[in-house]
Amino acid sequence: MSHQSTYEPKTGIEKWLDSRLPIVRLGYDSFVDFPTPRNLNYWYTFGGILAVFLVIQILSGVVLAMHYVPHVDHAFDSVERIRRDVNYGWLIQSMHANGASFFFVAVYLHMFRGLYYGSYKAPREVLWIIGVVIYLLMMAAAFMGYVLPWGQMSYWGATVITNLVGALPVVGEGIREWLWGDFAVGNATLNRFFSLHYLIPFLIAGLVILHIWALHVPGNNNPTGVEVKGKGDTLPFHPYYTVKDGFAIVVFLMIFAGFVFYLPSVLGHADNSIEANPLVTPAHIVPEWYFLPFYAILRAVTFDIGPISAKLGGVLAMFGAIGVLFVLPWLDRSPVKSMRYRPIAKWCFLIFVIACLGLGWCGAENPDNLVFEFGGIGMPFVVLSQILTAYYFAYFLVILPVLGFVEKPKERPESIEASVLGSSPAAAPAE
Amino acid sequence: MTDHTTEEPTRRDFIYIAAGGAAAIGGALTIWPFIHQMNPAADTLALGSIRKDISSLGVGQEITVMFRGGPVFIRRRTEAEIAEARAVELDRLPDDLARNENLPDNASASDANRVLNPEYLIVKGNCTHLGCVPVGNGAGDYDGWFCPCHGSHYDASARIRRGPAPENLPVPTYIFENDGAVVKLGATSDEVAAAGWSVA
Ligand code: HEM
Ligand code: FES
Repeated sequence: MSHQSTYEPKTGIEKWLDSRLPIVRLGYDSFVDFPTPRNLNYWYTFGGILAVFLVIQILSGVVLAMHYVPHVDHAFDSVERIRRDVNYGWLIQSMHANGASFFFVAVYLHMFRGLYYGSYKAPREVLWIIGVVIYLLMMAAAFMGYVLPWGQMSYWGATVITNLVGALPVVGEGIREWLWGDFAVGNATLNRFFSLHYLIPFLIAGLVILHIWALHVPGNNNPTGVEVKGKGDTLPFHPYYTVKDGFAIVVFLMIFAGFVFYLPSVLGHADNSIEANPLVTPAHIVPEWYFLPFYAILRAVTFDIGPISAKLGGVLAMFGAIGVLFVLPWLDRSPVKSMRYRPIAKWCFLIFVIACLGLGWCGAENPDNLVFEFGGIGMPFVVLSQILTAYYFAYFLVILPVLGFVEKPKERPESIEASVLGSSPAAAPAE
Repeated sequence: MTDHTTEEPTRRDFIYIAAGGAAAIGGALTIWPFIHQMNPAADTLALGSIRKDISSLGVGQEITVMFRGGPVFIRRRTEAEIAEARAVELDRLPDDLARNENLPDNASASDANRVLNPEYLIVKGNCTHLGCVPVGNGAGDYDGWFCPCHGSHYDASARIRRGPAPENLPVPTYIFENDGAVVKLGATSDEVAAAGWSVA
């Protein structure tokens, strides 16, 4: 890719193939002798973990699709059958359902990592934007996947979310029926969701290739945010990072296995064990945990803003919360990438992480319930979500742009090598 | 030799524009079927009417029937409910339109504009906020329906009174048959016109 290829085909067949399709060369230059900053920490292992989970979702999903029936009369029973009667269906279904959750754990850690080390800044803007597109597609895949088992939460989650589109002026209702293919969420909806749920992961796989391509042009960022300057700053990807990534993958898979085997349903919702019923709404509709912060932002807008109704305002805020990530590379004006050297931004980032977790908490609660309650007096959850939503947007739209001008960064190491091995490369012990 | 620097359009320019135009129009015409296929299919549209016997429904009782994939509430209202619904002043309503598919769009939200026979209130049962099914039988602060999802209150005419829902519960097209013993949901426009629907 961007560095000089060091691949040397040795056997005859390798030479033969290399002059026709240099695919082994591509793999070697990308994952064996790729020069990688020598100071990457464990926050940098989530990319590899994500790749593993994409494979897990596709393999387990293809198997589920062999037994799943996308029809409103059979979908629920077919998933129950997978869990009870299909050989090892209980295992593969549990891998897929919990795999989605672990996929999101990894992607959130991966994204927070990028926010902290400034990985979205030049020259990695395209890399970052492709990542946000992947994240959007993951959300679409997970949302539609959750509809497939056709439980009460599947049905009502789909109803509430597709109804949001109806908030758009003029075209909203037409788009809603177009999404449903009917006058309500029904069989037509289930069929198309299954079709798209099968398709999207392969789109993600294609984007992952672009993501890695865009990574390998400038190379990895690193915890210092100082760009690679010379050979002393890097190590070959193999064996240094194949081993480090491999170790992290094994640890992550062990936690995953703990859920798959011992807590297979703990991340799901009990109401989804009841078959969908269009005539009865569950008492409390909540999305999957990984959507809760956005659900809280959606419900935080309870007031009209000029001509924009509260309902439309909520939808705009929810999509805006992701949309703002696309322009982040141009909002953060600071030339310093890593927050290690940004004394104020570091704390604002920490509060941002807490705000995101807090929004998740609000999303799970009834908006009118009281938080921090003491003797019957407290703050309704909706007010807390409004405060946290305000901070979420302020972080991107006010704090980062302004800090770029007013913050005085700390002194940064002159190179990656110096930061790892001591102040001057000359003082480093021989390897 | 001819002079090639002339500004006159050439035959090549023409072919460029013609080919580009054909590709753009052809592309758009190809995309449309792929978009339109997702709209409700002909059989889905044709399934648009059902009949329900309501002769056994007592005063003050309510049933929910499934129509076009969603619930429809049929409530036989008491005298008190009718009186309450009719007493409301229209300027107290957040949504001042009847939302009645049997009447013109601009009909006002008076109770008379929401029913064919005041005794029977027939409305679609999905909250106009985000589509949950409100709880009925006089629930909520206005003796009608209450949506537990985000707290919308509907009155005895199923009009929105408080909460995030923007609109009144809509009235589907319907007519009565067999001297009022049967309701036909999803009536045609001719049937609606013949049944005596009119703006009060
Ligand atoms: C980006 C990758 C994917 C994600 C995030 C994802 C997510 C999900 C989720 C959240 C569910 C609901 C599970 C439950 O709660 O029971 C689901 C179900 C399902 N998915 Fe996927 N999925 C992915 C890839 C795939 C692929 C590639 C296929 C098919 C080739 C597939 C086929 C299915 C089937 C048949 C079901 C219904 C059975 C069930 O509910 O367990 N999925 N998916
Ligand atoms: S869906 Fe009824 S209040 Fe939100």
